[in-house]
Amino acid sequence: MNRTAELYTEVINFHGAKPRNFKQLETATHRQEGFNPLCGDHFTLYLELEGDVIKDVGFQGSGCRISTASASMMTAAVKGKTRKEAELLFDEFHRLVRGDLASDSDHHLGHIAAAFSNMPNRPERVKCAILSWHTLRAALEGKSEPVSTE
Amino acid sequence: MQAVLEVEVQKMQTIVAQFDVDRIREDFPILKQQIHGRPLIYFDSAATSQKPQVVIDATSRFYEEQNSNVHRGVHYLSQLATREYEDARVKIQRFINAAESHEIIYTRGTTESINLVAHSYGRKFVHEGDEIIISAMEHHSNIVPWQLLCEQTGARLRVIPINDAGELLIEEFAQMLNSRVKMVAVAHLSNALGTINPVKRIIELAHSRDIPVLVDGAQAAPHLKVDVRELDCDFYAFSGHKTCGPTGIGALYGKSHWLESMPPFMGGGDMIASVSFEKTTYNVLPYKFEAGTPNIAGAIGLGVAIDYLSSIGLDRIAAYEHELLEYATEVIGAIPGIKIFGTAREKASVLSFTLDGIHPHDVGTVLDDQGIAIRAGHHCAQPVMKRFGVPATARASFAFYNTKEEIDALAEGIYQVIEVLGQ
Repeated sequence: MNRTAELYTEVINFHGAKPRNFKQLETATHRQEGFNPLCGDHFTLYLELEGDVIKDVGFQGSGCRISTASASMMTAAVKGKTRKEAELLFDEFHRLVRGDLASDSDHHLGHIAAAFSNMPNRPERVKCAILSWHTLRAALEGKSEPVSTE
Repeated sequence: MQAVLEVEVQKMQTIVAQFDVDRIREDFPILKQQIHGRPLIYFDSAATSQKPQVVIDATSRFYEEQNSNVHRGVHYLSQLATREYEDARVKIQRFINAAESHEIIYTRGTTESINLVAHSYGRKFVHEGDEIIISAMEHHSNIVPWQLLCEQTGARLRVIPINDAGELLIEEFAQMLNSRVKMVAVAHLSNALGTINPVKRIIELAHSRDIPVLVDGAQAAPHLKVDVRELDCDFYAFSGHKTCGPTGIGALYGKSHWLESMPPFMGGGDMIASVSFEKTTYNVLPYKFEAGTPNIAGAIGLGVAIDYLSSIGLDRIAAYEHELLEYATEVIGAIPGIKIFGTAREKASVLSFTLDGIHPHDVGTVLDDQGIAIRAGHHCAQPVMKRFGVPATARASFAFYNTKEEIDALAEGIYQVIEVLGQ
């Protein structure tokens, strides 16, 4: 497979072109902005928390194929999860894109792991992949300042 | 008139036909390499130009054979280093046709040059209620120093608007001039849009109200013949690294009477005549603005870069690059889904574009996989992106070592982007 196809996997291309949960949540209890000042990617993440559970999640904004796909897959992955489970997923994804997650490790990322497995070879695009995840963590921590990948 | 135009066109065609780009490419060792298994195609000269072997050799020769500090030693090497360093200043003076070599101040580059003026001129001449005029197409380096000055003094920053082609609205600019305006600072050539601004006209208008003008020449210096006396600009800033020279060296041209009247920028060695704890007397121009040990190897390298560019001739470079840009505009512009930003009548060296439904960063990555280096992003000109309603663009920027074949490869590459990422 050539370099391009290794990065733009079918799953990334699919989610990046037609993102899931791409909506503003009227019922949101948490709203968090995230941006990458270098490339101008900018998302708003909406969470509806019921107790400790992420009941619903949505995002809006604009970004590249990688950041949009990552946001789409992140929202799908954390929907219905508890805070703690979502934080564990953040940690696993963080390690994945930096090449610190062993491929045979017992993680919870499902097909996200395969889709983003090539990110460690693309350090210049790691910021794109991780933007929505940082935004999620900031939302869960109740930050009101926009989160930035810089 | 028609006959004159035809003669001009014929002259340009002759220049382009005689332009031996293959020979020129031999001078740039970096262009011989492969990236991801493909020959490097470098279309990011607006970010930084490549360096010819003579410049690389000059900087390493300095460290190998001449390294010494300038203006300090009686020993042989120090005198040699000082002479080469000062010779380079004269080369810069001639390159932009300044009247005096002491009107050339070495800096780290355009950014430092503009900061120097904002700081030193600003501290002396700008007060609360005054106005600074910049344009809507400025690079961040010609916005933020003036904003800082405005914050410190209570002056107001005003912005010349641009039209949808990316051209300054000169009538509106004329209306903005009044007795409170203390500086006009505009780009000669826009890095994000490629617009060549009518700086001579801007300077005439500003001077009719006794307002000085700073021209940001970072993009223009390697692409257009610059004549600061013909322009009659008060300050002209440019960078070595975009002009085939090393990074970390650049210049500020300033008219003597302005430089004389401005306080120093940074304090330290070399910028003083005498120091006591009671009183320090500053050195004469240009040294008053050159505190500390300068980038000596960089200055010498820049001098050689200027010799190199002059040996080809800026007129010939401009004519050849114009042909490249016209060709690229035609070939790339014909690709379905392409939108070109910056369609000014007077343009040079830059093709900024977006592709329907595909983010510029993804365009940049897929092109890079094919060995084609372009810039994707806001080009340090976020207000320009905002003006055109896009978060970013892809930018291919050309230099005289590029070829039409490379532009064909870029078009092929963009078709590849569409194939992989098009919906």
